[in-house]
Formats: sequence, C-alpha cells, structure tokens
Amino acid sequence: MAVHQPLPDLPPPPSERGLWGWFRQNLFSTWYNSIASLVVGYLLIIWLGPVINWALISAVWTGEGTDDCRPGAACWIFIQQRLGFFLYGFYPAELRWRPNIVFVLFLITVVPQFFPRAPGRKWLALFGITGLPVLGFVLINGGFFGLDPVATSRWGGLMLTLILAYVGIIAALPIGVVLALGRRSEMPVIRGICVTFIEFWRAVPLITILFMASVMLPLFLPQGVSFDKLLRALIGITLFQSAYMAEVVRGGLQAIPKGQYEAAQALGFGYWRSMRLIILPQALKIVIPGIANTVISLFKDTTLVLIIGLFDLLGAVRSTLSDPAWRSVAAEGYLFVALCFWIFCFGMSRYSHNLEKKLDTGHKT
Amino acid sequence: MNSDPSLPPKSSVKPWNDPRVRSAVFQILAILAVAWVGYSLFQNTLTNMASRGISTGFGFLDSSAGFGIVMSLIEYNESMSYGRTFFVGLANTLLVSGLGIIFATIVGFIVGVLRLSNNWLIARLALAYIEIFRNIPLLLQIFFWYFAVLGTLPSPRQSVSIGEVAFLNLRGIVLPKPIFEAGSGAVGIVLIIAIIISLAIARWAKRRQAATGQFFPVLPVSAALILGAPIIAYFALGSPIGWDVPALSGFNFRGGITVIPELGALLLALTLYTASFIAEIVRSGIISVSRGQTEAAAALGLPPRRVLRLVIVPQALRVIIPPLTSQYLNLTKNSSLATAIGYPDLVNVFMGTTLNQTGQAVEIVAITMAVYLTISLSISMLMNIYNRAVALKER
Repeated sequence: MAVHQPLPDLPPPPSERGLWGWFRQNLFSTWYNSIASLVVGYLLIIWLGPVINWALISAVWTGEGTDDCRPGAACWIFIQQRLGFFLYGFYPAELRWRPNIVFVLFLITVVPQFFPRAPGRKWLALFGITGLPVLGFVLINGGFFGLDPVATSRWGGLMLTLILAYVGIIAALPIGVVLALGRRSEMPVIRGICVTFIEFWRAVPLITILFMASVMLPLFLPQGVSFDKLLRALIGITLFQSAYMAEVVRGGLQAIPKGQYEAAQALGFGYWRSMRLIILPQALKIVIPGIANTVISLFKDTTLVLIIGLFDLLGAVRSTLSDPAWRSVAAEGYLFVALCFWIFCFGMSRYSHNLEKKLDTGHKT
Repeated sequence: MNSDPSLPPKSSVKPWNDPRVRSAVFQILAILAVAWVGYSLFQNTLTNMASRGISTGFGFLDSSAGFGIVMSLIEYNESMSYGRTFFVGLANTLLVSGLGIIFATIVGFIVGVLRLSNNWLIARLALAYIEIFRNIPLLLQIFFWYFAVLGTLPSPRQSVSIGEVAFLNLRGIVLPKPIFEAGSGAVGIVLIIAIIISLAIARWAKRRQAATGQFFPVLPVSAALILGAPIIAYFALGSPIGWDVPALSGFNFRGGITVIPELGALLLALTLYTASFIAEIVRSGIISVSRGQTEAAAALGLPPRRVLRLVIVPQALRVIIPPLTSQYLNLTKNSSLATAIGYPDLVNVFMGTTLNQTGQAVEIVAITMAVYLTISLSISMLMNIYNRAVALKER
C-alpha cells in the first residue's frame, strides 16, 4: 500500500534567513522603516561614539586630584579618592568594620530570599525583620558593650541610604498590612480612620512630610522628649510608605475570591486566624511585584533626605562637588550616583518582573 | 464581624462573644484612642510653642514679607505680605506642574508608541530611554540637569543664539516676548469663534454620519478653520501682535522673557522622568486591546488610521486613564523637589523662606499640605469624571 510521504519543507528563501533576513524583517521591512533605521542608526553612531570615548576610552581613572584630569575626557578620580566618604559619610574610618559586619549580615539574610530552595530561608527572614535592625543599631550606633558611640549625624553615604530604605520597608510593611485590613473592615469608624490616614499621606509630597517631621515633630512631643534628625526622617518616610504599602496590599486583598473568606468562616476560623492563615498568605503572594515596586520607589525617595540635611549617597557626592577641588567633575559625580541607583533599581524591577511571570498561574479572577 | 440574623438570640450569647457588641466596643476604643492622641499632640504643641515663644494664629499672613522672589507670575515685590508669597509660590507650582503634565504626556505617548514599533532599533531605543529614566531618582536627575548641564552654559555675553531671536545662557533662556497692540483682541476672538464653529461642525458631522452614513472630513476642515481664520484676521488687521526681541546690553539681555534655568531644569527632569512611566502605561494600554479588535475593524473595511482612532485608542484609553491620573498626581507632588535647586515653588517660598522668617511652622506646614491635598483630590476627581465618561458602557 502506498504510504503518503510528504516531502520535507523547503527552507525559507535566503532573503528571510540569517543575519540579512533578520535585518530585513526588523530594520528594513518598509521604505519608511528603512529611512528611520538609517537616520536613527547614524545619529546613534555620531552621538554614542564620542560619549563612550569620553566616559570610558579616554577617561582618567586614577590620580591624585583634578590636576590629573584631561579636558574632553571623563575624570573618575574622585571615586577612588572619596570612596570611603561615599560609602560611610563621616563615620570614623577606624570603626567602619562595624557597619561592614552589619552589611555582611544583611547580605546573608537577604540573598537567600531570592532562592526559593535555600535552607533556613524563613528563619533568616525572621532574623532580618527582628534581630538584624536591633543588632545593626547596636553595632553601628555603639554605646553598648563598650563600643564607642557614633552620633547619627556622622552616618552617611550609601550606608545611610541602605539603612533608610531597609528600616523604611520593614516598618512600613506591617503598618501597611494593618491599614489595608482596616480599610476593608466592616466597622465604619475603623474604616474611616484608615481611609483618612492613607489618603492624607498619599496626597501630600514626601518633601512636605520630611519638613513636617523635621520642623513640627519636636513641637508635637512632650517636653524633654526629643528625636534626632535621622529618626525623624525615618518616621516621615515610614508614614509615607506605609500608606502606599496599604494600597498595594489592599489590591491583593481585593483579588482574593469571596469564596476564600466564606470557606474560612465555614471552617469556624475567627477574623484574625482566617486573615493570618488563609487570606494574607494568598494576598501577599499576589502583591509581591507591587511591593517590589514600592521598595524601588522608596529606595529612590531616600535621596530626598538630603533636603533636610542628611548625607545619603547623593548628599555625600553633592558635598564633594561643592568642594572647590572637585567642582569641575559635576557631570561625572551625578552619573556615578545615577549608575549606583540605576543598578539597584533596574535589578529590582527585573526581579519583580520575572517573579510576576512566575507567579502568573493563569487563573486570575 | 458579621451581624447575621441567623445568629442565636442574644440571651444565649455572652456579651463579649456577640459580634455587634464587640464591634461597637472596638470602634469606641478606636475613637477614644484617636481623640486621646489628637488631644495630647495639641496640648504638647501648645505647651512647646508657649515655652519657645512662638506666636500662633494666621495674623502673620498680613505682615510685610521683605524678601524678593526670583520669579513671579503675579505682581510681587518685597513690601507685599506673607500671604502674597503664598500665592506667588502656588502660581509657580501650578505653572511647572501644568507644563510638566503637558510635556510629559506628549513625550510619554510618543515613546510608548515607538516602544511598539516593528523597527527593532527604534523599539530598543524607546526601551532604553524608559529603563534609564525611571530607575534613577528624580532629585538626582534635577541636580544633573541643573548643575551638570545648564550650569555649564556660557555667560550672557557668549550666549548660544537660536536664530538671533532666542538666547541660551547661564541665566536661562531668553525668548522674544509678544506685545499685544490694539486689535490683537479681535484675533483672539476670531480664534475662539473658529474653535466653536469647528466643534459645531464635528457635532453635525457625527449626527449626519449616524443618520445617513455619509462621512464628512471634520479634521482637515476644522484644522484649516482654526489655523486659517486667525491668520487671515491677523493680516487683515495689519499685524497687531509685535515681538519684543531680546538684545544684549552690557552684561545681560534687555527685553524678551527670561525663563530661569531652575524652571528649565525642573521641567526637563519632571518631563523626562514622568514620561518614562507614562510610556509604559501607554504601551500596556495599547497591547491590552486584543488583536481581534484590529482584525474585526479591518474586516469591516476601516482604513488603518481610522482603526487606530476609532477602535484601538478609545479602548486603550480605558486602561490608560487610571494609572495616567496617578502619574499626573505624582508629577504635581514631585514638583515640590523644586526647593532643592531654588525654583520658587510653594514649598521653597512658603514652607522655606516664609517659615524661616516667621517661625510659625504649624500654620505654614498645615496650609501647604492643605494645598497639595486640594490639588490631589481635585485632579483625581476630574479624572474620575473623565474615566466614567470613557468607561465600558454595558448595554
């Protein structure tokens, strides 16, 4: 019996294959695409070439001061010269091992969180939100166990940026969850209080909150109680971020089907137990990308503290640039800070993007 | 938590197990807690202010300010009151937010559409723009434009000339200023009439198309009308609008309008930063319209441009509007970063200089926050109205 045997497919025509085919499809598919590609490509080459040359090829990397710089070439000397200041601010050089230890502990707790199969991940997370802040404060601030105290006004640089972002997130997340639950509560008074709180902090700019924290907070407190500047900034940032966090969590709570709430009640769970064991684990899982976005915006917002006089990474670079010896490297200085922030924020957004894809199990409600 | 009628009668439930009683107790406790916190804050503030000798009340608004402001849209000089500084700052905030919203929307929509281009190079460039600008803190971008770019411009005498009418230098950009002479009002009136007639034509054309199916080219006709009529009126009235072109005299320019570099840097940074977010919103809005819609419209015989205008854009806008609103709000709030480079916005003038001079922190911070609260709530209210207008109408 004759078996029907189809011939193998012919290969695509040469004009659709290989590099040339790719070019044809992606750059020269129509006449206006061809013109656009050529014009944009030409502009890119004549613009990008000199920029790369300025920033990398002919740039000066090492030296003693701006005297070693060349005109028409980027001058990265200041990074090498002032790196300690950018990382720690005015923190005494001989005590910098203390923040270093905290940073290593921070990495040990945070890095395993990105690998779902890492052993002891939950315990490390618990340590990260309870033990690490306390231990970090004891080590960085000193004053206990014979450690020399270091006033918060001397903290600065990348260290301060990370402290502000980390403490801000850890404090804002639980407050945000409570606020989100309150906003979904059936008790009108509780709901009203939470809605007012959330909408108020979301409607005003962070900078006015920081101003308020630094100017008005001392007036609000009983006499004799005073917070230092860093703590005031932290309170302001936490209030602000917790309102945003609350809205993110609320999105997650609303996405949980009603059946889950009813099932929890049917099993005889009380409010807190059903929230803790059934609703919140699901809701928080859904909103992890949203939380990551909040973390990114919080990280970017920490730069605002320089307006109330704290030296975060941007503040440290800025004060270096106001030094007459380094005045001529303003563009390089800002590009350096931009690169530092960009690497972190871009990494976070890629991570949250991948997570979103992984968590998207397809049965959205 | 719930007050089901199916619950057992009250007598058999202990009061501390009755959800209604518990809910009432919780709420009363919450009210008491909030009231107590509010009261103690109020008392502490009063004691602290009394002990520091800070006066209270809004009387300071009438006293003379005595400081100058580099840029003011309304008339202002040093002898005017603190209340006036508030309005100067508010006007500057509204100016930079309004311009920022317009520019960011334009740039954002263009980049968002380019991001979907089938030209690989252009799509990648748009992606690179988005990823670079939205991952760098706004404050840093403002500093970059202000200190590293605009700060390196030449002094007024070596200005960069743009066609001999506008000049770019360290002190900003000097533009020619229009001078409205007699008869220029008539040109304005003609423009308004042309817009009204175009709107009427659009309405009529829509109604006629619905009734008879006949198409009328509304867009070219109204464009010709709105552009053409004022130009004809302008020349018919003998060119009543003159231009005050700036000219170098001594060390600075005379005449024209000077846009201060603070405004330029702030506007540039706000536009580019917010546009990168808007571009992503626009992109996700456009790809949210399913392919079937485009194909169905094409099958009905609509030409590609009208497919875009009549089918895709209206559906994409539904997805775009809500997040776009929150970007507008963010831009308005972010304009307060002006204070970092000294653009005289509300925060810089009122919460900065005025607060430092009067020391009345509570009143000034409260007023400033109230302004932002009002702006935020009113923008979101307007956008909600618009959103309702374009929302899916279920039939």
